[in-house]
Amino acid sequence: MDKVAAIWNKSHPDIQITVNKQDGGDAAVTKLLTAIKAGSGAPDIMQAEYQKIPTLVSADALVDLKDQGAGDLKKEFTDGTWNAVTLGGDSVYAVPQDSGPMMFYYRKDIFDQYGLSAPKTWDEYAQDARTIHQADPTKFLGTFSSGDPGWFAGLSQQAGASWWGIDGKAWSVDIDSAATKKVADFWGGLVHEGVIDNNPMYTPAWNTALNDGTQVGWVSSVWGPGVLEGNAADTKGKWAAAPLPNWDASKPSNGNWGGSSTAVTAQSKHPKQAMEFITWLNTDPEAVKALAQVANIYPADVNSSAALSTPPAFFADQADFWSIAAQSSKDVSSFTYGPNVNVAYSAYTDAFAKAAESKDSAQFEAALNTMQSTTKNDLVKSGFTVK
Amino acid sequence: MTTTITRAKRVAIPYAMLTPAIVLFALFMAAPILYTVVMSFQTVKVEGLGLGSGSKKLQFAWLDNYVDAVTDPEFLASVLRVLLYGAILIPVMLGLALVFALLLDSRRSRAVRFSRVSIFLPYAVPAVISSLLWGFLYLPSVSPFAYVLKAVGIAPPDILSSGLVIFAVANIALWGGVGFNMIVIYTALRAIPSDIYEAARIDGASEVQIAWRIKVPIVLPSLIMTGLFSIIATLQVFAEPTTLKPLTNSISSSWTPLMKVYRDAFVRGDIYSAAATSVLIALGTFALSFLFLRVVQRRAFGQED
Repeated sequence: MDKVAAIWNKSHPDIQITVNKQDGGDAAVTKLLTAIKAGSGAPDIMQAEYQKIPTLVSADALVDLKDQGAGDLKKEFTDGTWNAVTLGGDSVYAVPQDSGPMMFYYRKDIFDQYGLSAPKTWDEYAQDARTIHQADPTKFLGTFSSGDPGWFAGLSQQAGASWWGIDGKAWSVDIDSAATKKVADFWGGLVHEGVIDNNPMYTPAWNTALNDGTQVGWVSSVWGPGVLEGNAADTKGKWAAAPLPNWDASKPSNGNWGGSSTAVTAQSKHPKQAMEFITWLNTDPEAVKALAQVANIYPADVNSSAALSTPPAFFADQADFWSIAAQSSKDVSSFTYGPNVNVAYSAYTDAFAKAAESKDSAQFEAALNTMQSTTKNDLVKSGFTVK
Repeated sequence: MTTTITRAKRVAIPYAMLTPAIVLFALFMAAPILYTVVMSFQTVKVEGLGLGSGSKKLQFAWLDNYVDAVTDPEFLASVLRVLLYGAILIPVMLGLALVFALLLDSRRSRAVRFSRVSIFLPYAVPAVISSLLWGFLYLPSVSPFAYVLKAVGIAPPDILSSGLVIFAVANIALWGGVGFNMIVIYTALRAIPSDIYEAARIDGASEVQIAWRIKVPIVLPSLIMTGLFSIIATLQVFAEPTTLKPLTNSISSSWTPLMKVYRDAFVRGDIYSAAATSVLIALGTFALSFLFLRVVQRRAFGQED
């Protein structure tokens, strides 16, 4: 990111940007919220993951960029992304930077060996998972990860869920909707059958499994290649990327896992200049190209295809990687995050860990109900108007 | 010429000398504790959608936070869990520490200095690091132990599964804690005058009898002190389970009381109810320590009366 800022600093001697690196999204948000509470100490600009925006807005930590003419930027982004920074209203709380449309990665060599092709639907995914696990009980086509609420949120988004909603003057919490239930039942069923693994992702065990060929598929996102390159270096050239399997192949839809935006904080003394910079950063062709190539992110700007000409190094043979990504991004359905995403996510981690550990499909639906009631009760307890 | 110190000065000097300590204590101990107590009686109420500025208001909550904490089944479960954890950990840890200290103190021991450093060394490894190391050893697919077990045809147990995970966490604390407690007990043993042993030997006491009848009763106060520290540390266990949590489905975010405090304050953003829970934990720690001292004090320090 400092290299991208350097491009700006060179051409704009009057507005200089200093990049301050933070460890990870949660730590940065906690720090900003503390600074807002203390009354000083916040930077002018901050990077915020989409799901954190409502929390930051409700803490009064962000400037509404509507007054700076941010509304004109709408055409640069997909509706789904734009909805995430406006919370569906007239205000603009941030400018989208990158998005994380979900994609599916699989071991091409193993699929070929069993005569399988990339699953187009979740039914096919389940069938392939069975075929592979029955042929070789050490192999799994994926895992249900209780450690990654964002992953489950993305899958629910694909199925048509929106966990929160704003209905006039009231919030609604709709985590246990039919769409999310379908997703929970699907994964609960596969875990129950034992044809996919039930341990969290991003553990030393999971890294090893990707590398030694016991995990032969990964339901992931556009940024997946970087992770695979780091964790499964020995399998380079054996993977292929595909669109995320669909519920209905004739009506493709998708969800996001990851992605962030750039916002101006309420303590900024230069909101106008800050807005100028973040507009440039996220929509100027030169900046977007630098973001994609130097910072290795998938730009949210819809006109970014020029910046993405060569496939990621780990998928060097897959010429259509970026066109799959672009289509995946276009298919993302709309999803509203609420002001207590953190509560819902931590409830997910606990409730679904228990369900995954039990390997009992009924527990998955129970976990969803726990998540719904914990999230809703928290909003009510804090005093939010909840429908 | 005589130097005379006025009465006022004589009174002032000790206070002046104490001032730095008092100021530091007030700033970094008393004030935060007081602030925590104040916060535990407050709450933030949101109005409407909570999106506009000024839609959040700080309110006095009376005892609401305390009532919520006490009636939260997760809190009760976490308290019971650490009590069980303590019941597993403390006797084993102090027992091993005492045995090691006695062995090191015994006349026939060799390589005492090396052994003492080796047993103490794990204490110098920060809990987060040791938990990461043990985490690797616990995961069957990356653990060398599991590899060896598989090689000889035994299915390795999943130590991080829900039934065994409490032992997995206790084992890390045991590994790190034995050394410290051993040193405390060993130091007390070294302070015993050797003529007592000579007298015992002349009376025909064996080494085991000397250890059991003389050494252990004399170091009992050290055992009690290490026991008290261990009880306090048990109630505050945090680093080990927090580090292991991402590796397994069987540790929840409210697995121990302090993990629940952390989650409420920094994940859910409700520092007020977290403050109430921490006050309860502090009171509980006080109560348990006091009770423990009441029960054992007379036996341990009886001879000094």
